[in-house]
Amino acid sequence: MTTITAAVPVARRIRRILLHLAMIATICVLLYPVAWLIASSFKPASEILSGASLWPSRIVLSNYTEVFAGVAGVSVWRFAFNSLLISVGAVIGNVVSCSLAAYAFAWMRFRLRGPMFAFMIGTIMLPVHVLLIPQYTIFQSLGMIDTIWPLVLPKLLATDAFFIFMIVQFMRGLPRELGDAARIDGCGPIRAFLYVVLPLSKPALVTTAIFTFIWSWNDFLSQLIYLNSPETYTMPLALRLFIDQTGESSYGAMVAMSVLTLLPIALFFVAFQRLLVQGVSTSGLKG
Amino acid sequence: MVHQTLERPAGAGKPAREQGQPRRRYRYGERPGLAYLFLSPWIAGALVLTIGPMLASLYLSFTDYDLFTTPQWVGLDNYRRLFTDDPRFLASVGVTLRYVLISTPLKLIAALAVAMLLNRVTRGSGFYRSAFYAPSLLGASAAIAIVWRLIFDNQGIVDNGLSAIGIHTGGWVASPRYALLVIVALAVWQFGAPMVIFLAGLKQIPQELYDASSVDGAGWWRTFRSVTLPMLSPVIFFNLVLEMIHAFQSFTGAFVVSGGRGGPSDSTLFYTLYLYDNAFSNFRMGYASAMAWALLLVIAAVTAVLFGTSRRWVYYAGDDSR
Repeated sequence: MTTITAAVPVARRIRRILLHLAMIATICVLLYPVAWLIASSFKPASEILSGASLWPSRIVLSNYTEVFAGVAGVSVWRFAFNSLLISVGAVIGNVVSCSLAAYAFAWMRFRLRGPMFAFMIGTIMLPVHVLLIPQYTIFQSLGMIDTIWPLVLPKLLATDAFFIFMIVQFMRGLPRELGDAARIDGCGPIRAFLYVVLPLSKPALVTTAIFTFIWSWNDFLSQLIYLNSPETYTMPLALRLFIDQTGESSYGAMVAMSVLTLLPIALFFVAFQRLLVQGVSTSGLKG
Repeated sequence: MVHQTLERPAGAGKPAREQGQPRRRYRYGERPGLAYLFLSPWIAGALVLTIGPMLASLYLSFTDYDLFTTPQWVGLDNYRRLFTDDPRFLASVGVTLRYVLISTPLKLIAALAVAMLLNRVTRGSGFYRSAFYAPSLLGASAAIAIVWRLIFDNQGIVDNGLSAIGIHTGGWVASPRYALLVIVALAVWQFGAPMVIFLAGLKQIPQELYDASSVDGAGWWRTFRSVTLPMLSPVIFFNLVLEMIHAFQSFTGAFVVSGGRGGPSDSTLFYTLYLYDNAFSNFRMGYASAMAWALLLVIAAVTAVLFGTSRRWVYYAGDDSR
């Protein structure tokens, strides 16, 4: 042990320690806003704005009690339930529809595969704003404004081409001998999908599920457009209600509500951080 | 694994090549009807939620439409009005271009710098990667945009801190000169996602190249310019395209920081914010559709230009045919 330590020059060891210190300092600066938010949620409202210190002069829970009292006559649990419903619906929709489409693109042969695949890739680059207004009129004519459907139905129809592409890439990487073996064993394409390809694609499907959940939970623009009455509001939209109550006295509730909005994402991050980072580096999915 | 990432920009051309030479592994599709069955949700979505709306919004962009009465054809009027008769539109274009041109390079430089540092760390790299990546996930939330607003507000932490050293800003959020920078800072803070991709790219560069470079007596800067940058250029290109497209469309940060109004004096009136305002506050749906198509054309043009220049500076190792 001593010989190994001695073999590393002192200068290099110092440099290595400095590197680690620099990284940790950078992380502290980076995560300071998050720490400040959490600390502020326990501060008296008057201290929130100017206090750079993380430690409150006295810990209060009144910000949270104010939030849990609800806003606009709707309870926070309702907002959380709405968000959860939309996110879970989106996860189910994306996993089912994207894996079906991906299987066809990756493992099946059909005449229109080339053009369809090219079109699918093209839609990844398409700004949502081009589709926003006609989609709004469609959902309006279906009487779906102010319901969860405009936010879940598109996922059931595999509109998140990003995930199709990611699963296709994954499925293409599966050994083709597996398909041949399944075929010899008498599996048709449907059974090969259900019993061979799908179970092996679990890493890609899990990544899809986690990212879909987080993106749906964070989503703002489409929820802002489709949800109009407080009873259907999600967490980010409810946050807006707290913002609109102007004045210093309402900062407390706003900050506490922000913490609650971030909580599920933070929990997902802690639970799946390895998977998330891997998903980004192998497929280019962004935060 | 990272080469998969790099295939994406060229992905559009790929299936055509494969279609020409079908391989054995695709023989499950010998009953093509079944393939279309698997694709049916996607096909329905593509027709009803993508192609249909695209055509509809193109049509609407030539009309006067308020969502309640039938669209009135006005020809190129919307487009003409955008560029000649709407100072707020031009302001939103200026704000967005400034935002894209400032935030994208800063974000990518931060991402590359931290990735290069991380690449040299052997112990605890998993922890660091996750910690640096965290803001990319959290930052998309409206909650973090609120934090930014509070931190940079009048009498907020940044303002107080600067006052203590004699610089009086009166709050960044309320200042037409600095409000945009608050949103830029929020974007740059989320450098973790491109960083993770850079890191994966750095790991793919063969150590022999660095050894050879060091034998040749190259210094740090020379090695960076002659080995790291060219070997990393496909990843840089990929991140650049994605972050640009992303930046053009950003909305949440601007909406929350400016309270939904793009103020002060339109200094944070992002393109998408003005589009939303036209469509869903003023119900000028035809006008907003014209804006959406202008955005699509700009993004397509920028992407095309990036792809065009990429031949000159993107280097694909071991593949001279590209």
